[in-house]
Amino acid sequence: MLHTLSIGELGRNLNSGQISSVELTRHFLARIERFNSALNALITLTAEQALAAAAAADAARAAGGQGPLLGIPLIHKDIFCTDGVRTSCGSRMLDNFIAPYDATVVAKLKTAGAVMLGKANMDEFAMGSSNETSYYGPVKNPWDRTKVPGGSSGGSAAATAARLAPFATGTDTGGSIRQPAALTGVTGVKPTYGRVSRYGMIAFASSLDQAGVFAQSAADAAIVLQAMAGFDPRDSTSIDAPVPNYPATLSAPLAGLKIGLLREFFDGLEARNAALIHEALKIYRSLGAETVEVSLPHLPLSVPTYYVVAPAECSSNLSRFDGVRFGYRCENPKDLLDLYTRSRGEGFGAEVKRRIMTGTYVLSAGYFDAYYLQAQKVRRLITDDFRAAFAQVDLLIGPTTPTPAFDIGAKINDPVTMYLNDIYTIGANLAGLPGLSLPCGFVDDLPMGLQLIGPHFSEAKLLNAAHLYQEATDWHRRSPHGYE
Amino acid sequence: MADWEVVIGLEIHAQLATKSKIFSGSATAYGAPPNTQASLVDLAYPGVLPVLNADAVRMAVKFGLSIDADVARRSVFARKNYFYPDLPKGYQISQYELPVVKQGKLAVMLDDGTVKTIGVTRAHLEEDAGKSMHEGLAHASGIDLNRAGTPLLEIVSEPDMRSAKEAVAYMKKIHTLVRYLEICDGNMQEGSFRCDANVSVRPRGREKFGTRAEIKNLNSFRFVEKAINFEVSRQIDLLESGGTVVQETRLYDSDKDETRSMRSKEEANDYRYFPDPDLLPVHIDESFIEAVRATLPELPDAKAARFARDFGLSAYDAGVLSASRELGAYFEAVVAELGAAHAKLAANWVMGELSSGLNRDNLDIAVSRVSPAQLSGLLTRIVDQTISGKIAKEVFESMWSEGESADAIIDSKGLKQITDSGAIEGVIDAVIAANPKQLADYRGGKDKLFGFFVGQVMKATEGKANPAQLNELLKRKLGGGA
Repeated sequence: MLHTLSIGELGRNLNSGQISSVELTRHFLARIERFNSALNALITLTAEQALAAAAAADAARAAGGQGPLLGIPLIHKDIFCTDGVRTSCGSRMLDNFIAPYDATVVAKLKTAGAVMLGKANMDEFAMGSSNETSYYGPVKNPWDRTKVPGGSSGGSAAATAARLAPFATGTDTGGSIRQPAALTGVTGVKPTYGRVSRYGMIAFASSLDQAGVFAQSAADAAIVLQAMAGFDPRDSTSIDAPVPNYPATLSAPLAGLKIGLLREFFDGLEARNAALIHEALKIYRSLGAETVEVSLPHLPLSVPTYYVVAPAECSSNLSRFDGVRFGYRCENPKDLLDLYTRSRGEGFGAEVKRRIMTGTYVLSAGYFDAYYLQAQKVRRLITDDFRAAFAQVDLLIGPTTPTPAFDIGAKINDPVTMYLNDIYTIGANLAGLPGLSLPCGFVDDLPMGLQLIGPHFSEAKLLNAAHLYQEATDWHRRSPHGYE
Repeated sequence: MADWEVVIGLEIHAQLATKSKIFSGSATAYGAPPNTQASLVDLAYPGVLPVLNADAVRMAVKFGLSIDADVARRSVFARKNYFYPDLPKGYQISQYELPVVKQGKLAVMLDDGTVKTIGVTRAHLEEDAGKSMHEGLAHASGIDLNRAGTPLLEIVSEPDMRSAKEAVAYMKKIHTLVRYLEICDGNMQEGSFRCDANVSVRPRGREKFGTRAEIKNLNSFRFVEKAINFEVSRQIDLLESGGTVVQETRLYDSDKDETRSMRSKEEANDYRYFPDPDLLPVHIDESFIEAVRATLPELPDAKAARFARDFGLSAYDAGVLSASRELGAYFEAVVAELGAAHAKLAANWVMGELSSGLNRDNLDIAVSRVSPAQLSGLLTRIVDQTISGKIAKEVFESMWSEGESADAIIDSKGLKQITDSGAIEGVIDAVIAANPKQLADYRGGKDKLFGFFVGQVMKATEGKANPAQLNELLKRKLGGGA
C-alpha cells in the first residue's frame, strides 16, 4: 500500500521505476476523493496542477534529476500563499483571495520537486485549537469523527493521519502543529523560531509563528524539514545559520543524553496520560539516556502571557484586511467607515474578532504597561527558565496535551477552557524553541503525544531522539481504522 | 496688553534619497503613473514581510553625525496603528521609543546676524504613506501607493524657536544640511521636505509652556512663516479675549491664509504603538559609524568659516555662498582661477549677476549658462582693466545668452576699455568745449556737475573709458590746470 510507505521507501520505488510520481499522485488523489468529504481536511484540491507537477517530476527523474522529495505529494496548510491558487487562511475574509506569489516554504518544496495535492483546512487565521473556527467548517479526527483533530493545523494533521498525503505543512504559534499531531497520532515538528522562513505565511502572531511539518515519522519529517529550513533574505527574523543534515544524524546513539522531565507538566496530569510518558522515559533510559526532573517555575504563566502577546500582534497583523485591496468587501458600502466595519465584521469569524479586540485592548493607552509590557517581561522570564534548564539537560520531555481529542462542540463556546489545551505547547513558542510531538500510546482509544523540546537549533537532536524512540516502538505506525 | 512669548518646535519630514523604498525593493522615483511603483510588500499583501533598507539607516546616521548627535547603538521600529486607505498595512512602521538619532544641535544664523543654537531632540526613520486622490473621480476615491514605503527621516526640534522667522531660519538650515549630505533632494513642491509646526504662546517670563497647536504638513518656507504668524495671532487674540487654547491639530489653508482645526486631542487616535515583531532591532557599531563619518562632506558652517577666513568674506557673504554645496563649489572654482586676492569680486558676481541669471531663467547652478571658467575669464578682464565693471555686466549678459567666452565678446563688440590717456584727454577736451555753460557753473562751485562730465565722456566712449583714469584726467582739466 503506497500510503503506508515512508518518504524514503517511496523515493526508492520512484528511483527504481517501480512506481511513477503520477501514479503516486493519483493514488493519494483517490484517497482524498474517498475520505475527504467525511474529514473536511482539505478545502482546496489542485488535482490538475498536481498531476502536471507529478509528470514534470517524472520527466525530471528520467533526465537524471533526483532528490528525496522529487515527485512526493504533499498538502499545504492554507495559510501558505500559493501562486495562482486560493489561499483562504480558513477565513471568509480570504475566500476569494488567489495568492499572486508562492510563500518561501512553498517555493522551496516546489524546487525540491514535491507535488502539491491541495490546501488543508485550518482554524481561521490559525486562531483555534480544534479546527472549529474555520469558515469551511470543522475538520473531523480520523480516529473518531465526532472528535476534533486539534488546531490550528487540524486539516494538515487529519490528512497526514488518514494518509491522504505522505506529509503536510503546518504552522505553530502556540502549539498548532504539536497539539493536532498529538491528537491525530502523527509526528509534528515545530522548528526554532527563525529556522524556516515566514515569508508568504499569513501572519497571526509574528514573534511566535513558525512553519513546520506533519509526517508519519521523525525520519520523514527530517527529510521535509531539510527542504524547508534555511535563511531567507525576505524574512528579517529568519536566521542566517547553516542547516545541518537532519537525516544524517537520525540514528546517532543517545547514550549520555540528559533528558529533563518538566515537573510543571506533570502537576495534575491525568494518570493514564502520565503513565504513557513514563513508559516513554523507560524506553529512553533503555537507549542510554539519563532522565532528571527539572522545574521551570514561570512556565505556568505561559497561557496568560501568550493570550496577551499573540492577540496584540494579531490585532495589528490583521489590520490589512480592510476590504480595500483584496479579500472580502461588503456590499454597497456607504462610506469609508462602513466599508471597514462591515467588511471586517462580515469577513472575520467570532474567534478572530475576540482576539483582535483583546489585542487592541492590551495595546491601548493606559493598558499597554499592565498587559503588553508585563507579558513581555514574563515572556523573558519563561525564556530564562528554559535557558537555565538547558544548562542542565539536553532535551525536555513531557506530554503534548492534557487530554486526548475532545468532542466537536465541547469547548468552542468556552474560550478559556479551549485556550488551556495549549498549556504544554505555548512555552516553546514564547521562548522560540523547537518542539516535536510524536505518538506515544492511546487513552480511550485515542492517540496521545509525547513532546520533546530542545534548545534553539536543536532540531537534529530532537529528530534523532524521536527517530530512535520510533525505532523501538510502533505507535507511529498505527493508523486509524478505515484508513489503513 | 500682555507681552507674549512665542514658542515653536518643528517636526521636519525629509524624504531620504534612497533608490528603493525603506522596506521593499520598489523604486522611489517621483511622478510615475499611480501604483506602478508598488510591490506586494507596499500593497501589504497577506504574508509579505518588510526588510530594512540599509541605505536609509546610513543616511540617518549621516544626518546624526552632522548635528553632533548621539547615534543610537540600538534602535527599534514600532508599529503605529490606524486605519486609512492610503496606509495599506493598517499601521505605519516608525521608530518610536528608540530612534536612531538622539539629541543633537544646530547653529542657525538669524536675520540680525546673531547665531542661535537650536536643539534637535531626535531624528527617526519611518515609512511614508500613499496618497488618496479625490479629483477627477466621480463618487469614488483613488489610492496611489507609489509613495507608500518611501523612507522618511523625521527630525524633531526642541521648542527652542521664538518667532516664525527663527523657525524658517532653522528649517532652511536643515534643508541646506540634508542637501549637503545628499540624503534628501529637498524638493518641497514634490513633498520631499515638509514640516509640522508646534506653536504655543506664554506670557513673557513664565516658565511653563502654553497649550500648543500642531499645524500639519507645511511644504514651503513661506507657508511656515505665514501659518505660524497666523497661529500666534489667533492664540494671542484668544487668550486676550479671555479664551483658552485647546490642544489640537490644525491645517493651514494657504488660499485663505489661516489655520483651521482638524482634530482635537480628545479625537486623537490611540496609535497603540508596539515594537514591530517583523523587524529586528537595528544594531549599529562603531565601525559603521566611522565608515559613515568618513563620507561626511565639509558641512555648511565649516565651509562658511573657511570662506570668511581664507577669502576675507563677510559672515553674510560666506553664509550665502555656503548655503548649497553646488554654489560653494562654483564660487571656489572661480576663485581658483582668479586668485584668492580677488575672492570678494568673485563673491559679488556669483551672488549678483550669476544668481539673478539663474533665478530669472529658473535654472539650477549645475546647468548654469555661464561656467565657473567662463565667469573667471570675464572677471580676469576686470582685474586686468581690459573692461570696467559696468561693461562687464553687459559682457556677462551676452555670455549668458550666447554662451561665448568673455574675450570673444569683448573683441567682437569692441568693448575693450580705453586706457590710452591721450585718447581719453581728447574726448574730455571735446566734451568741455561742447559744454561751456556747465564748465562755468562747475568752476563757479557746482561740484555736482562733475558727474555730468563723467557721463558725457562715457557716453562718447560708449562706456569704455577707464573710470579711474577718466576721473583723474577730468579733475585736472576741469580745474583748469591743463
